Amino acid sequence: MLNPSNKLDKPPIRTRPWMATIIIVLGLLLTLFGISFSILTGVANISYETIWQALTNYDVSNEQHTIIRELRLPRALAGALVGAAFAVSGAIIQGMTRNPIADTGLLGINAGAGLALVLVFAFLPALPFEFIILFSFIGAGLGALLVYGIAFMSKGGMSPLKLVLAGVVVGSLTTGISQAVSLLFQINYDLAFWSAGGISTAEWFQVSVMMPWIIGGLIVAMLLSRSITVLSLGEDIASGLGQRTKLVKGLGTVVIMVLAGASVSTVGGVAFIGLMVPHIVRFLVGVDYRWIIPCSAVVGAVLVIFADVVAKMIAAPYETPLGAVIAVIGVPFFLYLARKERREL
Amino acid sequence: MSTELFNPLRQKRSIKLVIIMFTLLIVGFFISLNVGRYSIPPMEVLQTLMGNGSKKQNIVLFDLRLPRMIIAVLMGMGLAVSGAVLQGISRNGLSDPGILGISSGAGLAVLLFVSFYPSNNMASPFFMPFLALVGAGLTAILIYILSYKKGHGISPTRLLLTGIAVGAGLSAVSIILTLQLNPRNLEFVVTWQMGSLWGSNWKFVLALLPWIVILLPFVYWKSKILNMLSMHEQITGSLGVSIHRERLVLLASAVGLAAASVAIGGGIGFVGLLGPHIARRLVGPQHQFMLPITAFVGGLLVLTGDTIGRSFMEYTEIPAGVVISLLGGPYFIYLLMRTKG
Repeated sequence: MLNPSNKLDKPPIRTRPWMATIIIVLGLLLTLFGISFSILTGVANISYETIWQALTNYDVSNEQHTIIRELRLPRALAGALVGAAFAVSGAIIQGMTRNPIADTGLLGINAGAGLALVLVFAFLPALPFEFIILFSFIGAGLGALLVYGIAFMSKGGMSPLKLVLAGVVVGSLTTGISQAVSLLFQINYDLAFWSAGGISTAEWFQVSVMMPWIIGGLIVAMLLSRSITVLSLGEDIASGLGQRTKLVKGLGTVVIMVLAGASVSTVGGVAFIGLMVPHIVRFLVGVDYRWIIPCSAVVGAVLVIFADVVAKMIAAPYETPLGAVIAVIGVPFFLYLARKERREL
Repeated sequence: MSTELFNPLRQKRSIKLVIIMFTLLIVGFFISLNVGRYSIPPMEVLQTLMGNGSKKQNIVLFDLRLPRMIIAVLMGMGLAVSGAVLQGISRNGLSDPGILGISSGAGLAVLLFVSFYPSNNMASPFFMPFLALVGAGLTAILIYILSYKKGHGISPTRLLLTGIAVGAGLSAVSIILTLQLNPRNLEFVVTWQMGSLWGSNWKFVLALLPWIVILLPFVYWKSKILNMLSMHEQITGSLGVSIHRERLVLLASAVGLAAASVAIGGGIGFVGLLGPHIARRLVGPQHQFMLPITAFVGGLLVLTGDTIGRSFMEYTEIPAGVVISLLGGPYFIYLLMRTKG
């Protein structure tokens, strides 16, 4: 009697640690390569030696050195951080909600952060970035709360479609308010670019403020990863295994708030990174979030760094918004998921 | 079922409601006429309409406010009926030209034109609806193909998700295009996208009118087919309706209504969602009763949104689209929470 039931009790979890290790190592190498590549490319043509000098022996009066240190380096770093942050927050939402079509962009979380920022720009224009980022967290949290709330309180529980629709509405509501506010305060042009993912405007002070938040968020995400794996099996199973599911969900949401809020405050709302990366990673390394989360971080970083190089070069000397470049691959991916509809997680 | 279809009580109720709605619309018209930066008292509005107004009053009423309000009503009707048809044929109460990405397709076509021929940016308003129709039509075809699965037909869920995805893609393209415009065109495009009705004149009215006048009665004429299409596919087939042809014809008219409205008035969301829902609550789901009410509710909604947007601040206007999404968003959330599965 015991043996057959034992077999059933063991869920068929497939996980491939070796694959995950390869991805992390390769991903970190690609991140480093990508950052250097990103520093190399740009409208101004700058030689290798100058770049090396700019990094090792910085000369403030040299214009090329300034371009490297003040424009290209923070931009590349911001890309890596934001990519990791969006990808990991996507992975956490997908795991927590057991919903394949989840992403901070689609679920109105980026929109919430964006609205908070517009309000800050309009009403507290002199606020230093250290505080602006806090408002961005709050906005992201409110967006998440609203979308979750709608989906949870609705009849028949939440389905992927409902979550996405709730995200769409919260998105258009916040856009409506942002537009009204920006019309009244005349902050149109900047916002249009920024809301499309304006990574080119990333500056040192922003990167230095957001970096500790994102790294902290990633560390907490790693600490939570085991619990998220359990949660992704289903809430009943998780609480049956003795997990305090509410605590895990609460902490997970705080991590998402911080990661998404910090990213949006620097580059604006970029969707689809958090949608695509976890799916790709899950396909490669299996369903264990202890591997999915770190792998998503590096893959997300690599994706955004290279997408940003494309955004820089594709219509040079004009900048193309990062969000648009990502959408070019993100939309087909979304369509593919919509076709599959129900998919095991 | 036939007794249901020709229920005299429902018919009476719906006629009564049409009369009430019409009265409301007239009242709304008068309120809207005297609201704005240059306020005209109601009695003088009447006098001006009779032809006894001062020159300034004539200009404000006949050249600025009246065309704008007529456009608001017409496009509200167009969008709401378009939404009703989409909800009927997709058997999903959450469909709407905005959510399905059809409005974005129409908008993108207009945007493409403005960015490639910036010199004619006030291009003939008669041409714009056709342009928008091409964009919206292509989008609708794309969504239809992408959400079609062999052997399964089109599931409402997949249709909505596909529409949202395609809409996201189209808005990414619009953002790229928008950013390359020069500031003057940019301002025009941004306000137009938000569904502001400023700049409306009689030409715009004439450009929109034929679409509404032809397509609304046509859809109304098809209302019994719509009743059948909103049932399960197998039932519809067994009733002897050629599902595919009827659905395509109706889809085409919904696209036409949405495209013309968007081309003239800009992207106003949620009207296609709210109109039919409110109408259904008032007279029930049968299209022959519900469609006229839908049209009136839509017209009233946009007119109200525009009036509020105009009177909210003294020196700036909030576009009708923004006002309506602030009103419509919460209602949509309410609908979403009530929908099962």
